[in-house]
Amino acid sequence: MAYSQKVVDHYENPRNVGSLDKNDPAVGTGVVGAPECGDVMKLQIKCDEQGRIVDAKFKTFGCGSAIASSSLATEWIKGKTLDQALAIKNTEIVKELSLPPVKIHCSVLAEDAIRAAIEDYRQKQRTTVETAVAGQ
Amino acid sequence: MKLPIYMDYNATTPVDPKVLEAMLPYFKEEFGNAASRSHSFGWRAEEAVEHARAQVAAAIGASPKEIIWTSGATESNNIAIKGVAAMYADKGRHIITQPTEHKAVIDPCKYLEQHGYQVTFLPVDKYGMVDPEDVRKAITSETVLVSIMHGNNEIGTLQPIGEIGRICKAQGVLFHTDACQTFAKLPINVEEMGIDLLSCSGHKIYGPKGVGALYVRRKNPRVRCEPVLHGGGHERGIRSGTLNVPGIVGMGRAAELCVRHQAEELARVTALRDRLKDGILGRLSHVYLNGHPTQRIPNNLNLSFLYVEGESLMMGFNDIAVSSGSACTSASLEPSYVLKALGLGDDLAHSSIRFSVGRFTTAEEVDYAIERVCTAVERLRELSPLYEMVQEGIDLSKVQWAAH
Repeated sequence: MAYSQKVVDHYENPRNVGSLDKNDPAVGTGVVGAPECGDVMKLQIKCDEQGRIVDAKFKTFGCGSAIASSSLATEWIKGKTLDQALAIKNTEIVKELSLPPVKIHCSVLAEDAIRAAIEDYRQKQRTTVETAVAGQ
Repeated sequence: MKLPIYMDYNATTPVDPKVLEAMLPYFKEEFGNAASRSHSFGWRAEEAVEHARAQVAAAIGASPKEIIWTSGATESNNIAIKGVAAMYADKGRHIITQPTEHKAVIDPCKYLEQHGYQVTFLPVDKYGMVDPEDVRKAITSETVLVSIMHGNNEIGTLQPIGEIGRICKAQGVLFHTDACQTFAKLPINVEEMGIDLLSCSGHKIYGPKGVGALYVRRKNPRVRCEPVLHGGGHERGIRSGTLNVPGIVGMGRAAELCVRHQAEELARVTALRDRLKDGILGRLSHVYLNGHPTQRIPNNLNLSFLYVEGESLMMGFNDIAVSSGSACTSASLEPSYVLKALGLGDDLAHSSIRFSVGRFTTAEEVDYAIERVCTAVERLRELSPLYEMVQEGIDLSKVQWAAH
Protein backbone atom coordinates (compact mmCIF):
# COMPACT_ATOMS: atom_id res chain seq x y z
CA MET A 1 0.00 0.00 0.00
CA ALA A 2 1.56 3.30 -1.04
CA TYR A 3 0.86 5.98 1.55
CA SER A 4 0.75 9.70 0.91
CA GLN A 5 3.63 11.69 2.36
CA LYS A 6 1.26 13.29 4.87
CA VAL A 7 0.03 9.95 6.18
CA VAL A 8 3.62 8.78 6.60
CA ASP A 9 4.47 12.04 8.37
CA HIS A 10 1.60 11.68 10.85
CA TYR A 11 2.61 8.08 11.45
CA GLU A 12 6.29 8.90 12.05
CA ASN A 13 5.56 12.12 13.97
CA PRO A 14 2.05 11.88 15.38
CA ARG A 15 0.72 15.06 16.89
CA ASN A 16 -0.84 15.18 20.34
CA VAL A 17 -0.44 11.54 21.37
CA GLY A 18 -1.41 10.93 24.96
CA SER A 19 -4.17 11.27 27.49
CA LEU A 20 -5.93 13.97 29.43
CA ASP A 21 -7.50 13.37 32.82
CA LYS A 22 -10.93 12.03 31.96
CA ASN A 23 -12.22 12.97 35.39
CA ASP A 24 -11.40 16.64 34.79
CA PRO A 25 -14.74 18.41 34.26
CA ALA A 26 -13.21 20.46 31.46
CA VAL A 27 -12.24 17.31 29.53
CA GLY A 28 -14.44 15.45 27.04
CA THR A 29 -13.52 11.89 26.01
CA GLY A 30 -14.76 10.11 22.92
CA VAL A 31 -13.99 6.42 22.20
CA VAL A 32 -15.25 5.09 18.86
CA GLY A 33 -14.78 1.92 16.87
CA ALA A 34 -14.23 -1.65 18.08
CA PRO A 35 -11.27 -4.05 18.28
CA GLU A 36 -13.09 -6.60 16.10
CA CYS A 37 -13.27 -3.98 13.35
CA GLY A 38 -9.56 -3.26 13.61
CA ASP A 39 -10.15 0.41 14.45
CA VAL A 40 -10.48 2.11 17.85
CA MET A 41 -9.91 5.83 18.33
CA LYS A 42 -9.83 7.68 21.66
CA LEU A 43 -9.96 11.45 21.26
CA GLN A 44 -9.97 13.87 24.20
CA ILE A 45 -10.53 17.64 24.35
CA LYS A 46 -9.94 20.15 27.09
CA CYS A 47 -11.95 23.37 26.96
CA ASP A 48 -11.62 26.75 28.63
CA GLU A 49 -14.53 28.63 30.26
CA GLN A 50 -15.53 30.06 26.89
CA GLY A 51 -15.95 26.55 25.46
CA ARG A 52 -12.93 26.86 23.21
CA ILE A 53 -10.78 23.75 22.75
CA VAL A 54 -7.38 24.51 24.26
CA ASP A 55 -5.90 21.02 24.20
CA ALA A 56 -6.58 17.76 22.39
CA LYS A 57 -5.02 14.31 22.66
CA PHE A 58 -5.55 11.03 20.86
CA LYS A 59 -4.68 7.35 20.92
CA THR A 60 -5.54 5.01 18.06
CA PHE A 61 -5.51 1.26 17.39
CA GLY A 62 -5.69 1.01 13.61
CA CYS A 63 -3.84 1.24 10.33
CA GLY A 64 -1.57 4.10 9.22
CA SER A 65 -4.51 5.98 7.69
CA ALA A 66 -6.51 5.71 10.92
CA ILE A 67 -3.59 6.98 12.99
CA ALA A 68 -3.04 9.86 10.58
CA SER A 69 -6.75 10.76 10.50
CA SER A 70 -7.02 10.99 14.27
CA SER A 71 -3.68 12.79 14.60
CA LEU A 72 -4.84 15.36 12.03
CA ALA A 73 -8.18 15.71 13.83
CA THR A 74 -6.47 16.74 17.08
CA GLU A 75 -4.37 19.24 15.14
CA TRP A 76 -7.37 20.82 13.53
CA ILE A 77 -9.66 21.11 16.55
CA LYS A 78 -7.16 22.86 18.82
CA GLY A 79 -8.08 26.49 19.15
CA LYS A 80 -11.55 26.01 17.69
CA THR A 81 -14.89 26.44 19.40
CA LEU A 82 -17.00 23.32 19.85
CA ASP A 83 -19.31 24.28 17.00
CA GLN A 84 -16.36 24.95 14.70
CA ALA A 85 -14.94 21.54 15.58
CA LEU A 86 -18.29 19.85 14.88
CA ALA A 87 -18.24 21.40 11.42
CA ILE A 88 -15.16 19.42 10.40
CA LYS A 89 -16.12 16.91 7.75
CA ASN A 90 -14.44 13.59 7.04
CA THR A 91 -14.11 14.58 3.37
CA GLU A 92 -11.72 17.36 4.41
CA ILE A 93 -9.55 14.76 6.16
CA VAL A 94 -9.64 12.55 3.05
CA LYS A 95 -8.50 15.44 0.91
CA GLU A 96 -5.75 16.60 3.25
CA LEU A 97 -4.27 13.09 3.61
CA SER A 98 -5.05 11.93 0.04
CA LEU A 99 -6.77 8.83 1.42
CA PRO A 100 -7.68 6.19 -1.19
CA PRO A 101 -11.32 5.00 -1.35
CA VAL A 102 -10.61 1.90 0.69
CA LYS A 103 -9.43 4.10 3.62
CA ILE A 104 -12.23 6.65 3.64
CA HIS A 105 -13.87 4.92 6.60
CA CYS A 106 -10.84 5.91 8.73
CA SER A 107 -11.70 9.57 8.20
CA VAL A 108 -15.34 8.89 9.08
CA LEU A 109 -14.25 7.35 12.36
CA ALA A 110 -12.08 10.40 13.12
CA GLU A 111 -15.06 12.69 12.54
CA ASP A 112 -17.10 10.42 14.85
CA ALA A 113 -14.38 10.64 17.48
CA ILE A 114 -14.51 14.45 17.47
CA ARG A 115 -18.28 14.34 17.87
CA ALA A 116 -18.10 11.78 20.65
CA ALA A 117 -15.55 13.85 22.60
CA ILE A 118 -17.64 17.00 22.25
CA GLU A 119 -20.83 15.19 23.21
CA ASP A 120 -19.10 13.80 26.30
CA TYR A 121 -17.86 17.28 27.26
CA ARG A 122 -21.33 18.80 26.77
CA GLN A 123 -22.93 16.00 28.76
CA LYS A 124 -20.52 16.71 31.63
CA GLN A 125 -21.36 20.43 31.44
CA ARG A 126 -25.09 19.64 31.65
CA THR A 127 -24.54 17.41 34.66
CA THR A 128 -22.43 20.08 36.38
CA VAL A 129 -25.14 22.66 35.83
CA GLU A 130 -27.84 20.29 37.11
CA THR A 131 -25.81 19.51 40.19
CA ALA A 132 -25.18 23.20 40.80
CA VAL A 133 -28.86 24.01 40.38
CA ALA A 134 -29.91 21.13 42.64
CA GLY A 135 -27.50 22.30 45.30
CA GLN A 136 -29.00 25.78 45.53
CA MET B 1 22.79 -7.22 4.74
CA LYS B 2 20.55 -6.02 1.95
CA LEU B 3 17.38 -4.08 2.58
CA PRO B 4 14.48 -4.65 2.30
CA ILE B 5 14.69 -8.04 3.97
CA TYR B 6 12.40 -10.75 2.63
CA MET B 7 10.57 -12.78 5.26
CA ASP B 8 7.54 -13.87 3.27
CA TYR B 9 8.76 -17.24 1.96
CA ASN B 10 5.31 -18.79 2.52
CA ALA B 11 4.00 -16.37 -0.11
CA THR B 12 6.68 -17.15 -2.69
CA THR B 13 10.39 -17.85 -3.00
CA PRO B 14 13.12 -16.53 -5.29
CA VAL B 15 14.29 -18.89 -8.03
CA ASP B 16 17.50 -20.57 -6.91
CA PRO B 17 20.44 -19.70 -9.20
CA LYS B 18 20.99 -23.42 -9.91
CA VAL B 19 17.35 -23.76 -10.93
CA LEU B 20 17.57 -20.77 -13.25
CA GLU B 21 20.70 -22.22 -14.83
CA ALA B 22 18.91 -25.51 -15.49
CA MET B 23 15.96 -23.69 -17.09
CA LEU B 24 17.75 -21.28 -19.43
CA PRO B 25 18.62 -23.70 -22.27
CA TYR B 26 14.90 -24.45 -22.59
CA PHE B 27 14.24 -20.81 -23.39
CA LYS B 28 17.08 -20.74 -25.89
CA GLU B 29 18.42 -23.61 -28.04
CA GLU B 30 16.20 -26.27 -26.52
CA PHE B 31 12.91 -24.60 -27.30
CA GLY B 32 11.16 -27.66 -28.69
CA ASN B 33 7.59 -28.61 -27.90
CA ALA B 34 7.71 -31.76 -25.76
CA ALA B 35 4.78 -33.14 -27.77
CA SER B 36 6.60 -32.88 -31.09
CA ARG B 37 7.29 -36.55 -31.73
CA SER B 38 8.93 -36.25 -35.12
CA HIS B 39 12.16 -34.40 -34.52
CA SER B 40 15.00 -34.02 -32.05
CA PHE B 41 13.83 -30.63 -30.77
CA GLY B 42 10.75 -32.37 -29.42
CA TRP B 43 12.57 -35.47 -28.22
CA ARG B 44 15.04 -33.46 -26.18
CA ALA B 45 12.27 -31.40 -24.63
CA GLU B 46 10.37 -34.56 -23.79
CA GLU B 47 13.45 -36.09 -22.22
CA ALA B 48 13.88 -33.05 -19.99
CA VAL B 49 10.22 -33.19 -18.97
CA GLU B 50 10.45 -36.88 -18.09
CA HIS B 51 13.60 -36.29 -16.08
CA ALA B 52 11.80 -33.56 -14.10
CA ARG B 53 8.82 -35.85 -13.63
CA ALA B 54 11.07 -38.39 -11.94
CA GLN B 55 12.61 -35.69 -9.74
CA VAL B 56 9.17 -34.59 -8.52
CA ALA B 57 7.97 -38.18 -8.02
CA ALA B 58 11.03 -39.04 -5.96
CA ALA B 59 10.19 -36.27 -3.47
CA ILE B 60 7.00 -38.07 -2.44
CA GLY B 61 7.81 -41.74 -3.08
CA ALA B 62 5.63 -41.97 -6.19
CA SER B 63 6.16 -43.32 -9.68
CA PRO B 64 6.87 -40.75 -12.43
CA LYS B 65 3.82 -42.13 -14.24
CA GLU B 66 1.69 -40.71 -11.45
CA ILE B 67 2.80 -37.09 -11.89
CA ILE B 68 0.73 -34.67 -14.00
CA TRP B 69 2.12 -31.22 -14.85
CA THR B 70 -0.11 -28.21 -14.30
CA SER B 71 0.15 -24.42 -14.21
CA GLY B 72 0.37 -24.42 -10.43
CA ALA B 73 -1.17 -25.78 -7.27
CA THR B 74 -4.42 -23.89 -7.81
CA GLU B 75 -4.96 -25.78 -11.01
CA SER B 76 -3.84 -29.05 -9.37
CA ASN B 77 -6.40 -28.53 -6.61
CA ASN B 78 -9.13 -27.78 -9.14
CA ILE B 79 -8.42 -30.99 -11.04
CA ALA B 80 -8.22 -33.05 -7.87
CA ILE B 81 -11.50 -31.76 -6.51
CA LYS B 82 -13.68 -31.03 -9.52
CA GLY B 83 -12.16 -33.76 -11.66
CA VAL B 84 -12.55 -36.49 -9.05
CA ALA B 85 -16.05 -35.34 -8.11
CA ALA B 86 -17.16 -35.53 -11.73
CA MET B 87 -15.58 -38.95 -12.31
CA TYR B 88 -17.11 -40.53 -9.22
CA ALA B 89 -20.47 -38.75 -9.31
CA ASP B 90 -22.29 -42.08 -9.59
CA LYS B 91 -20.75 -43.28 -6.36
CA GLY B 92 -21.78 -40.23 -4.38
CA ARG B 93 -21.75 -36.46 -4.03
CA HIS B 94 -20.24 -35.81 -0.65
CA ILE B 95 -16.85 -34.16 -0.04
CA ILE B 96 -15.09 -33.57 3.26
CA THR B 97 -12.65 -30.74 3.88
CA GLN B 98 -11.91 -28.09 6.54
CA PRO B 99 -12.15 -24.31 6.83
CA THR B 100 -8.45 -23.34 6.97
CA GLU B 101 -7.71 -24.77 3.52
CA HIS B 102 -6.33 -22.47 0.84
CA LYS B 103 -9.00 -20.79 -1.27
CA ALA B 104 -7.89 -22.99 -4.17
CA VAL B 105 -9.48 -25.89 -2.26
CA ILE B 106 -12.36 -24.07 -0.59
CA ASP B 107 -13.64 -22.38 -3.72
CA PRO B 108 -13.81 -25.53 -5.87
CA CYS B 109 -15.72 -27.15 -2.98
CA LYS B 110 -18.11 -24.19 -2.80
CA TYR B 111 -18.56 -24.40 -6.55
CA LEU B 112 -19.50 -28.06 -6.23
CA GLU B 113 -21.93 -27.19 -3.43
CA GLN B 114 -23.79 -25.05 -5.92
CA HIS B 115 -23.92 -27.97 -8.33
CA GLY B 116 -25.61 -30.58 -6.24
CA TYR B 117 -22.76 -31.60 -3.96
CA GLN B 118 -22.72 -31.70 -0.21
CA VAL B 119 -19.55 -30.46 1.48
CA THR B 120 -18.69 -31.04 5.12
CA PHE B 121 -16.28 -28.53 6.65
CA LEU B 122 -14.79 -30.35 9.63
CA PRO B 123 -14.30 -28.45 12.87
CA VAL B 124 -10.76 -27.39 13.77
CA ASP B 125 -9.35 -26.76 17.22
CA LYS B 126 -7.83 -23.46 18.36
CA TYR B 127 -4.60 -24.42 16.56
CA GLY B 128 -6.45 -25.09 13.34
CA MET B 129 -5.92 -28.82 13.61
CA VAL B 130 -8.37 -31.45 12.38
CA ASP B 131 -9.12 -34.47 14.58
CA PRO B 132 -8.79 -37.66 12.48
CA GLU B 133 -11.73 -39.10 14.45
CA ASP B 134 -13.92 -36.33 13.03
CA VAL B 135 -12.89 -37.43 9.55
CA ARG B 136 -13.89 -41.00 10.31
CA LYS B 137 -17.24 -39.91 11.71
CA ALA B 138 -18.01 -37.66 8.77
CA ILE B 139 -17.44 -40.29 6.08
CA THR B 140 -20.64 -41.73 4.61
CA SER B 141 -21.41 -44.10 1.76
CA GLU B 142 -21.81 -41.00 -0.42
CA THR B 143 -18.34 -39.62 0.28
CA VAL B 144 -16.05 -39.52 -2.75
CA LEU B 145 -13.18 -37.34 -1.53
CA VAL B 146 -11.51 -36.06 1.59
CA SER B 147 -9.24 -33.03 1.06
CA ILE B 148 -7.01 -31.92 3.94
CA MET B 149 -3.87 -29.84 3.45
CA HIS B 150 -0.52 -30.91 4.87
CA GLY B 151 0.87 -27.60 6.17
CA ASN B 152 -1.15 -24.41 6.49
CA ASN B 153 0.34 -21.46 4.64
CA GLU B 154 -0.87 -18.82 7.10
CA ILE B 155 -0.50 -20.26 10.57
CA GLY B 156 1.86 -23.15 9.83
CA THR B 157 -0.17 -25.92 11.48
CA LEU B 158 0.68 -29.41 10.21
CA GLN B 159 -2.33 -31.68 9.82
CA PRO B 160 -2.05 -35.37 10.79
CA ILE B 161 -2.36 -36.51 7.18
CA GLY B 162 -0.81 -39.93 7.82
CA GLU B 163 -3.62 -40.85 10.21
CA ILE B 164 -6.25 -39.26 7.98
CA GLY B 165 -4.92 -41.17 4.99
CA ARG B 166 -5.14 -44.46 6.88
CA ILE B 167 -8.72 -43.75 7.88
CA CYS B 168 -9.66 -42.93 4.31
CA LYS B 169 -7.99 -46.10 3.04
CA ALA B 170 -9.87 -48.21 5.54
CA GLN B 171 -13.16 -46.65 4.41
CA GLY B 172 -12.40 -46.77 0.71
CA VAL B 173 -12.54 -42.99 0.24
CA LEU B 174 -10.01 -41.07 -1.84
CA PHE B 175 -7.70 -38.71 0.05
CA HIS B 176 -6.26 -35.56 -1.48
CA THR B 177 -3.76 -33.27 0.19
CA ASP B 178 -2.60 -29.78 -0.81
CA ALA B 179 1.11 -30.08 0.03
CA CYS B 180 2.33 -26.73 -1.33
CA GLN B 181 4.15 -25.69 1.80
CA THR B 182 5.67 -29.07 2.63
CA PHE B 183 6.45 -30.71 -0.73
CA ALA B 184 10.16 -31.58 -0.99
CA LYS B 185 10.82 -29.78 2.30
CA LEU B 186 9.34 -32.34 4.69
CA PRO B 187 9.45 -36.11 4.20
CA ILE B 188 6.28 -37.23 2.42
CA ASN B 189 5.57 -40.78 1.28
CA VAL B 190 2.31 -41.32 -0.53
CA GLU B 191 2.30 -45.07 0.25
CA GLU B 192 2.90 -44.76 3.98
CA MET B 193 0.50 -41.84 4.31
CA GLY B 194 -2.31 -43.31 2.20
CA ILE B 195 -2.39 -40.32 -0.14
CA ASP B 196 -4.26 -40.71 -3.42
CA LEU B 197 -3.86 -37.18 -4.81
CA LEU B 198 -1.36 -34.47 -3.93
CA SER B 199 -0.94 -30.86 -5.16
CA CYS B 200 2.33 -28.99 -5.21
CA SER B 201 3.80 -25.87 -6.73
CA GLY B 202 7.11 -24.69 -8.18
CA HIS B 203 7.32 -21.23 -6.72
CA LYS B 204 7.21 -22.39 -3.09
CA ILE B 205 10.39 -24.48 -3.47
CA TYR B 206 12.75 -21.95 -5.12
CA GLY B 207 11.43 -22.82 -8.56
CA PRO B 208 9.55 -20.65 -11.04
CA LYS B 209 5.98 -19.44 -10.86
CA GLY B 210 3.43 -20.79 -13.32
CA VAL B 211 4.17 -24.48 -12.86
CA GLY B 212 2.91 -27.13 -10.47
CA ALA B 213 2.14 -30.81 -10.31
CA LEU B 214 -0.63 -33.16 -9.31
CA TYR B 215 0.13 -36.66 -8.07
CA VAL B 216 -2.61 -39.09 -9.13
CA ARG B 217 -2.36 -42.62 -7.73
CA ARG B 218 -2.33 -45.45 -10.28
CA LYS B 219 -2.40 -48.51 -8.03
CA ASN B 220 -4.39 -49.53 -5.01
CA PRO B 221 -6.60 -47.95 -6.16
CA ARG B 222 -6.30 -46.59 -9.65
CA VAL B 223 -7.59 -43.04 -9.33
CA ARG B 224 -9.28 -41.49 -12.28
CA CYS B 225 -10.29 -37.88 -12.72
CA GLU B 226 -11.97 -35.88 -15.42
CA PRO B 227 -9.95 -33.11 -16.97
CA VAL B 228 -10.67 -29.48 -16.26
CA LEU B 229 -8.94 -28.38 -19.44
CA HIS B 230 -9.93 -30.15 -22.66
CA GLY B 231 -7.76 -30.12 -25.74
CA GLY B 232 -4.93 -32.14 -27.24
CA GLY B 233 -5.06 -34.87 -24.61
CA HIS B 234 -1.67 -34.18 -23.01
CA GLU B 235 -0.71 -35.74 -19.65
CA ARG B 236 -2.73 -38.89 -20.31
CA GLY B 237 -5.82 -36.85 -21.14
CA ILE B 238 -5.91 -35.32 -17.69
CA ARG B 239 -4.38 -31.98 -18.57
CA SER B 240 -4.30 -30.75 -22.14
CA GLY B 241 -2.00 -27.96 -23.16
CA THR B 242 1.55 -27.60 -24.38
CA LEU B 243 3.90 -28.24 -21.52
CA ASN B 244 5.76 -25.34 -19.93
CA VAL B 245 9.09 -27.06 -20.53
CA PRO B 246 11.37 -24.45 -18.91
CA GLY B 247 9.05 -24.21 -15.90
CA ILE B 248 8.87 -27.97 -15.58
CA VAL B 249 12.62 -28.36 -15.81
CA GLY B 250 12.93 -25.68 -13.14
CA MET B 251 10.42 -27.34 -10.82
CA GLY B 252 12.15 -30.69 -11.20
CA ARG B 253 15.57 -29.26 -10.39
CA ALA B 254 14.11 -27.26 -7.50
CA ALA B 255 12.51 -30.38 -6.04
CA GLU B 256 15.74 -32.33 -6.39
CA LEU B 257 17.73 -29.61 -4.61
CA CYS B 258 15.23 -29.42 -1.76
CA VAL B 259 15.22 -33.18 -1.28
CA ARG B 260 19.00 -33.44 -1.38
CA HIS B 261 19.41 -30.89 1.42
CA GLN B 262 16.12 -31.61 3.17
CA ALA B 263 17.37 -32.62 6.62
CA GLU B 264 20.01 -29.93 7.03
CA GLU B 265 17.78 -27.18 5.62
CA LEU B 266 14.98 -28.26 7.93
CA ALA B 267 17.27 -27.85 10.91
CA ARG B 268 18.71 -24.54 9.70
CA VAL B 269 15.36 -22.94 8.93
CA THR B 270 13.77 -24.18 12.16
CA ALA B 271 16.64 -22.66 14.14
CA LEU B 272 16.24 -19.29 12.41
CA ARG B 273 12.49 -19.31 12.95
CA ASP B 274 12.94 -20.18 16.61
CA ARG B 275 15.58 -17.48 16.97
CA LEU B 276 13.05 -14.95 15.66
CA LYS B 277 10.32 -16.28 17.93
CA ASP B 278 12.48 -16.33 21.06
CA GLY B 279 13.87 -12.89 20.29
CA ILE B 280 10.43 -11.34 19.99
CA LEU B 281 8.73 -13.23 22.82
CA GLY B 282 11.70 -12.58 25.06
CA ARG B 283 11.28 -8.83 24.74
CA LEU B 284 7.55 -8.23 24.34
CA SER B 285 4.55 -9.13 26.44
CA HIS B 286 1.00 -9.80 25.19
CA VAL B 287 2.12 -11.67 22.07
CA TYR B 288 0.09 -14.68 20.93
CA LEU B 289 1.37 -17.50 18.67
CA ASN B 290 -1.17 -18.51 16.04
CA GLY B 291 -1.20 -22.15 14.98
CA HIS B 292 0.14 -25.22 16.71
CA PRO B 293 3.19 -24.65 18.91
CA THR B 294 5.05 -27.80 17.80
CA GLN B 295 3.21 -29.38 14.87
CA ARG B 296 4.00 -26.60 12.46
CA ILE B 297 5.94 -26.08 9.28
CA PRO B 298 9.50 -25.20 10.19
CA ASN B 299 9.81 -21.78 8.57
CA ASN B 300 6.55 -20.18 9.67
CA LEU B 301 5.89 -17.82 12.59
CA ASN B 302 2.48 -16.20 12.86
CA LEU B 303 2.15 -13.86 15.82
CA SER B 304 -0.62 -11.61 17.06
CA PHE B 305 0.73 -8.50 18.78
CA LEU B 306 -2.13 -7.55 21.05
CA TYR B 307 -3.42 -4.00 21.08
CA VAL B 308 -1.54 -3.05 17.93
CA GLU B 309 -2.97 -3.26 14.41
CA GLY B 310 -1.13 -5.27 11.74
CA GLU B 311 -0.93 -2.77 8.90
CA SER B 312 0.31 0.04 11.11
CA LEU B 313 2.87 -2.39 12.51
CA MET B 314 4.18 -3.27 9.06
CA MET B 315 4.55 0.45 8.36
CA GLY B 316 6.77 0.58 11.43
CA PHE B 317 9.23 -1.97 10.05
CA ASN B 318 8.67 -1.40 6.35
CA ASP B 319 12.16 -2.56 5.42
CA ILE B 320 11.08 -6.11 6.26
CA ALA B 321 8.67 -7.90 3.91
CA VAL B 322 6.03 -9.92 5.75
CA SER B 323 2.26 -10.31 5.56
CA SER B 324 -0.67 -9.80 7.90
CA GLY B 325 -4.09 -11.27 8.60
CA SER B 326 -5.48 -7.81 9.28
CA ALA B 327 -8.53 -6.66 7.37
CA CYS B 328 -6.75 -3.44 6.50
CA THR B 329 -4.27 -5.33 4.35
CA SER B 330 -6.80 -7.24 2.30
CA ALA B 331 -8.53 -5.87 -0.76
CA SER B 332 -11.87 -6.99 0.60
CA LEU B 333 -11.36 -5.45 4.07
CA GLU B 334 -12.14 -8.88 5.54
CA PRO B 335 -9.80 -10.19 8.22
CA SER B 336 -8.07 -13.52 7.60
CA TYR B 337 -10.62 -16.32 7.32
CA VAL B 338 -8.03 -18.78 8.60
CA LEU B 339 -7.62 -16.92 11.88
CA LYS B 340 -11.38 -16.52 12.11
CA ALA B 341 -11.78 -20.28 11.79
CA LEU B 342 -9.63 -20.72 14.91
CA GLY B 343 -12.43 -19.00 16.82
CA LEU B 344 -10.07 -16.58 18.51
CA GLY B 345 -11.78 -13.28 17.72
CA ASP B 346 -11.25 -10.74 14.95
CA ASP B 347 -9.04 -8.51 17.05
CA LEU B 348 -6.35 -11.23 16.99
CA ALA B 349 -6.59 -11.33 13.20
CA HIS B 350 -6.15 -7.54 12.98
CA SER B 351 -3.01 -7.76 15.09
CA SER B 352 -1.42 -10.68 13.28
CA ILE B 353 1.81 -10.76 11.31
CA ARG B 354 3.14 -13.77 9.42
CA PHE B 355 6.92 -14.10 9.26
CA SER B 356 8.33 -16.91 7.13
CA VAL B 357 12.07 -17.49 6.70
CA GLY B 358 13.81 -19.49 4.00
CA ARG B 359 16.92 -20.60 2.18
CA PHE B 360 18.51 -17.16 1.93
CA THR B 361 17.60 -15.88 5.39
CA THR B 362 20.54 -15.15 7.69
CA ALA B 363 20.87 -14.86 11.45
CA GLU B 364 21.87 -11.23 10.96
CA GLU B 365 18.57 -10.54 9.19
CA VAL B 366 16.65 -12.27 11.97
CA ASP B 367 18.38 -10.20 14.65
CA TYR B 368 17.69 -6.99 12.73
CA ALA B 369 14.04 -8.01 12.37
CA ILE B 370 13.70 -8.69 16.09
CA GLU B 371 14.97 -5.21 16.90
CA ARG B 372 12.80 -3.43 14.33
CA VAL B 373 9.64 -5.37 15.16
CA CYS B 374 9.93 -4.96 18.92
CA THR B 375 10.67 -1.24 18.62
CA ALA B 376 7.66 -0.75 16.34
CA VAL B 377 5.34 -2.68 18.68
CA GLU B 378 6.51 -0.73 21.71
CA ARG B 379 6.00 2.55 19.89
CA LEU B 380 2.53 1.65 18.66
CA ARG B 381 1.49 0.48 22.12
CA GLU B 382 2.23 4.02 23.30
CA LEU B 383 -0.33 5.13 20.73
CA SER B 384 -2.84 2.41 21.57
CA PRO B 385 -6.00 3.19 23.57
CA LEU B 386 -6.46 -0.57 24.04
CA TYR B 387 -3.04 -1.02 25.62
CA GLU B 388 -3.75 1.96 27.87
CA MET B 389 -7.02 0.39 29.02
CA VAL B 390 -5.32 -2.93 29.71
CA GLN B 391 -2.62 -1.16 31.76
CA GLU B 392 -5.44 0.43 33.78
CA GLY B 393 -6.76 -3.04 34.53
CA ILE B 394 -9.82 -2.82 32.28
CA ASP B 395 -11.13 -6.11 30.86
CA LEU B 396 -11.52 -5.33 27.15
CA SER B 397 -13.98 -8.18 26.63
CA LYS B 398 -16.42 -6.41 28.94
CA VAL B 399 -16.32 -3.03 27.20
CA GLN B 400 -19.32 -1.78 25.22
CA TRP B 401 -17.79 -0.52 22.00
CA ALA B 402 -19.47 2.21 19.95
CA ALA B 403 -18.82 0.51 16.63
CA HIS B 404 -20.77 1.38 13.46
